[in-house]
This record gives sequence, structure tokens and C-alpha cells, in this order.
Amino acid sequence: MNRSTIDLWVGVFVVLGLGALLFLALKVGNLGSFNTNETYQVQARFANIGGLKVRAPIKSAGVVVGRVADIRFDNESYEALVSMNLDAFYQFPRDTTAKILTSGILGEQYIGLEAGGDGVMLKGGDRVRLTQSAVVLENLISQFLFNKAAETKEPAK
Amino acid sequence: MQLEQLREHARGRLERIGNVVTSQVWRLGFASRFLFYLVMHSGTALRRFGLTMKEIYFTGVLSLIIILVSGLFVGMVLALQGYETLQRFGASESLGVLVALSLVRELGPVVAGLLFASRAGSAITAEIGLMKATEQISAMEMMAVDPIARVVAPRFWGGVISMPLLAALFSAMGIFGGYLVGVQLIGVDAGAFWSQMQAAVDLRNDILNGVIKSVVFGVAVTWISVFEGYDAIPTAEGVSRATTRTVVTSSLAILALDFVLTALMFTGGNNQ
Amino acid sequence: MQQSPIVEIRNVAFGYDPARPVLRDVELAIPRGSVVGIMGQSGCGKTTLLRIIAAQYLPTAGEALVLGQATVGLDRDGLYAMRRRMGMLFQFGALFTDLSVFENVAFPLREHLDLPEELLHDLVMLKLQAVGLRGAAQLMPTELSGGMARRVALARSIALDPQLILYDEPFTGLDPISFGVIVRLIRELNDSLGATSIIVTHDVQEALGVVDYVYFMAAGRVIAQGSPQEIRESGEPFVRQFVNGSLQGPVPFHYPAPQYADDLELAST
Repeated sequence: MNRSTIDLWVGVFVVLGLGALLFLALKVGNLGSFNTNETYQVQARFANIGGLKVRAPIKSAGVVVGRVADIRFDNESYEALVSMNLDAFYQFPRDTTAKILTSGILGEQYIGLEAGGDGVMLKGGDRVRLTQSAVVLENLISQFLFNKAAETKEPAK
Repeated sequence: MQLEQLREHARGRLERIGNVVTSQVWRLGFASRFLFYLVMHSGTALRRFGLTMKEIYFTGVLSLIIILVSGLFVGMVLALQGYETLQRFGASESLGVLVALSLVRELGPVVAGLLFASRAGSAITAEIGLMKATEQISAMEMMAVDPIARVVAPRFWGGVISMPLLAALFSAMGIFGGYLVGVQLIGVDAGAFWSQMQAAVDLRNDILNGVIKSVVFGVAVTWISVFEGYDAIPTAEGVSRATTRTVVTSSLAILALDFVLTALMFTGGNNQ
Repeated sequence: MQQSPIVEIRNVAFGYDPARPVLRDVELAIPRGSVVGIMGQSGCGKTTLLRIIAAQYLPTAGEALVLGQATVGLDRDGLYAMRRRMGMLFQFGALFTDLSVFENVAFPLREHLDLPEELLHDLVMLKLQAVGLRGAAQLMPTELSGGMARRVALARSIALDPQLILYDEPFTGLDPISFGVIVRLIRELNDSLGATSIIVTHDVQEALGVVDYVYFMAAGRVIAQGSPQEIRESGEPFVRQFVNGSLQGPVPFHYPAPQYADDLELAST
């Protein structure tokens, strides 16, 4: 096994390996979506974020426009404080609503933005005022049962 | 009389266990010093890169076949098994996600690491051990050539460079295998397969973490291989035992490190 | 021309295990330019002594002065500088099995000198010619016979023109022809290089024919020394038994064991 043959095969091997990495990065992963673009950060408060996680997508009209950057708990107002990185490409009015939605029935949760009508746009550091918390299953069930109980009581009246 | 004997027996056992533990701890310290020395004296391996390239050939290129074939089969099996379960929840379009995440996060680095340990790791140990047994290491020392710089370091760096590439190839091959079975064989929609995968697999979180894992495994496995070879008793039996130890210790190390790294990367880091 | 001895061993003691000394109080001096034999029974410590001279081990007591320097207290660079002036032939050659004959001999040249390829080629051919194996330059060590492998190893050990050549049991397992070749080579190379050679062996008759001086060891000490003739005529019991290869003498035939009758369980009536 002489030198040049070894060099050739090692070269082939390294090329193949890097190619595999490239394949994984481009075709398999989500390179090109949000890792290189400029973003601006806005905040939002929620009474309950449900199962929202950091790096969850932020979608508007179903299109991904940003990612959740940070989730904290505000000990004074006892609310969740969510920091969102929005793609600098997209502008949203100041009265945009941020809702926590679930993709599919068993899917993961994301933030959906519904644009308002204000002329002034959100910029970095602003806060989204209108928010809707995640649907908590237990509350939903107890509400359902309460309604059911109220319904059955009425005829008896 | 019986109680006395029992007590002696028990004490002897405990002493032996204590000895084993202390000697293993001592050995770990010795191995760490060895690694440090190795890294400090890697100048030759890096300056005369031809030496390292030869080792990349022996550890990487010659492992290609087993890695590619295993990757293909693992991917195909993942698709088969995964489809059965996903279909029950009507989530069969997420097959791509299942295959890709399993491979990139876990199976790629771990299985490739295990295969690497048993193929290349044992070969390295046997080679160095036999060089020691046939006095080639002593001959080198007598010729005023540092055997660790000349023989051990190139093998170490060769392994460390090969391992991440092999893991990436394993994952890529596995995804391809999953595609073959999922889309071509079973009939999952190709578009859904790839698009859901791309949406779910994150470059930084999943792929990069997988690469980090494979680098860590590469360092661990190659370190164990060269150390066991260098520390082997220079007889036929000694070398064979060292080779066995390499495979066993490397495999355990991979699995243990995998747990630690997974805990660090995929759960702790993502805490709300 | 009285020169200082190239190797001086003064009151050296050593043991791999501190509780069991292999060498006790060894005293010898190797004059420059000579071929010296260190002989003795297996286990008498002669190979260990060779290792001490090669500075692979350090004496636990006493001094080993090699090429004018004490081996104790040498740092790694000093040690390697000293070793570059020595050549060592290991018992079975210890050739690098993954390199060809040519590459094996070229190894020390490549590692220590930065020579242009043609010059290196010529030097290697020179060394191989000296041992008569220039034609085997492209063979691999696994394709060589034992005698040939040892000659290649010899060529490798003289690649850097050492001043001191150490031989660890060079005659073991050789056929008579290879044997004669090695014996002649040892003498020729020593004289043409102007070097000093130390041969550790227990091949008495043959070694006595090639060396200038003999040190005879037993139980970790030098018990006799002299020219080959003096050794042959020595009255020392160990030496007599060794030289004649007789069963009777200070070295018993039987390993210590209980009474034979007891082992066979012949009950005494």
C-alpha cells in the first residue's frame, strides 16, 4: 500500500464524511431558516404557557416567522414572560395578538401571531400587549363538567 | 471454627475488591497522565501528517464498509418498526422525523462508536501491544525515537478524526435506508417524509449535538485503545486480554458518556 | 594510547522488584575498540546489565558510566543524545513489521537526520551491502528468515555509525551458516566503524572465538574475567561447568525438590 493510494483513499473518505455532514445539515436539518437571519426581540406575558418550550416556532398565518428565545417567570405579576426572536424581515403592528396554540391534536405548542390594525409596528424591546394563554386540559374539563351540571339543573328548576 | 474461616474468607474477598478498586483508580490516573503526555507530544503526528493519514486510512477508510452497511440496515429497521407504531396514531407521515432524530441524536454516534471500538479500537490495541511484545517499542526507544510521539500519537489523532466522519456517514446512510423502506417500500409520502424531517431536525440542537457526541466518543475510544495497547503485558495472552479490555471498556464508556451527554444536551439545556 | 573505558560499571546493584535483586555489586570496564562478551547462565543478570548500559533501567546502587556520562540524572534529551551514539541488536531483530527492509534501515536516518532522498537511499544501500542483504531491500520482515532478519536489524543498528554496539543474544536460534555470518559481521563492523561491541550471550564456544575479553557472571556478580584463553583455562568451578557444558558442578541439574522416594509415595515399611 503505497503513499499515493493511501492519500487517495483518505481523501475520498474525508470527502464522503464531510458530504454526509453537509447532507445532514442541508437536507435533513433546517439550515437556512433561522440561523443566519437578523432578528429583533419582543416580549409577551401569558397567564399560562402550557407546554411551550424554548425554540418553539412562532407562526403567523401558519408560516414560521420566529422562535421563542427565552421563557421566564415574573415573580411580581405571577405571569410567564416569554421573549420572542422575530425575523427582521417581517413587521407586525403594535396591537398584534399572541396566542399559544397546539399543532395538531397531540402536537407541540407554538405561538401564533395575529396581526392587528395599528399603523405603528413593533420594534426590538417592545411588548406584545394582547395575549391568549394556552388551553389547560384540566380547566377545559372542569368547565365542561360545570356546564353539563348547569344544563341538567335547569330543567329541574 | 467455622465462623473464623468465614470471617477470614470474607475479609480476603473484601481486600481483593478493595485492591481491584484502588488499582483501577490508579490505572485511570496513569491513563490520564498518558493522555496528557500524548497530546503534549503530538507535534510529530501533526507535522508529519503522512503518519496520521496512514492511521486515518486504517481506522476510517477500512471501517467504511461496516459502517455504511450497518447504517443502512439500522435505518431500514427503524423505518419498519417505526411505521408500525406511528401508524396506530395516524402519525405515519412523521416517519422521517422518527428515523432522522433517532439516528442523528443517538444511534449515529453510539452505534458507529461501538462498531468503531470493536473494529478499529481492537486493531489499534493489538497492533501497539504486539509491537511492545516483539520489542519494536524498545528498539524505537533505543534509537532515541519517542515511541509515544511516533507510534501512539498518530493513531490517536487518526481515530479522533475518523470517528465523527464515520458517525455522520452512519446517520446519512441510515436516513437513506429509512427513505428506501419508508417511501419506496411502504409508501409513505416522500414530500411529507422529507419536509417533516427538515422541520423537526434542528441544525444546532440535534445535528451539532450529535457531532459533539461523536467527537467525545472518538476521543474516549481511541484513548482507551492506545492506552490498553501500550500498557499490555507483552505476551500473547497479555495482548489478547488487552484487546478484549479495549472493546469492553470502550463500549461501556460510550454508553455511559452517551447518557451524560444526552442528559446535558437534550433535557437539562432545554428546561423551561 | 590509554583512553578511558567507553563503559564503566561501578558497584552497580539492581532489581526489577526491590525485594529480589538481579544484580549485586557488578564491577566492569569496557575498553574502547574492543569486542567484549558478557556470559553466564540464564538468569544471571547479563541481559539486565545490558539494559542498564543502554539506560533502559537505572541502577538502584552504584554508577553506570556510558560514553563518558552517568546514566543516572540524564533528562530525556540527554538520554536520547546518548542513545544516538549507540546501536542495539535485539534478540529476535525487533524489525518494524509494517515497514520494508529498506524502510527499517532508513528509519533512524529519517528520524534523526534530514537527508535528501538520494543520499538516504545510498546510505541505506551501503549498510545493507555491509551485511550482504542489499538485494533484499524491498522485502517485508515477514518474508525473511531468522538469520536474515537479524542481519537487517544489525544494519539498522549501525545506520547512524554508533560508537557502541550492544548485542542481546545475537546467536540464538541461528543455523550454522547464518551463525558464521553474524560472527564475522560483528567483528568486521566493529573494526571498520572503530566502535566498541558488547555481546551478551551464552553460546560459549562460538563467542570465545570472536571476543577480545570476557566477563563471566553468575548470581548477579562478575565471578571471572579475562581473555578467551584465560577463561578456557580458568579453574573457577562455575566457569568450568559452563565452558564444558557438564551436568555436574555448582549449578545443579535438579531443581530443588523433596526426596524422590517421598514423591513416588513409596511407603517405607
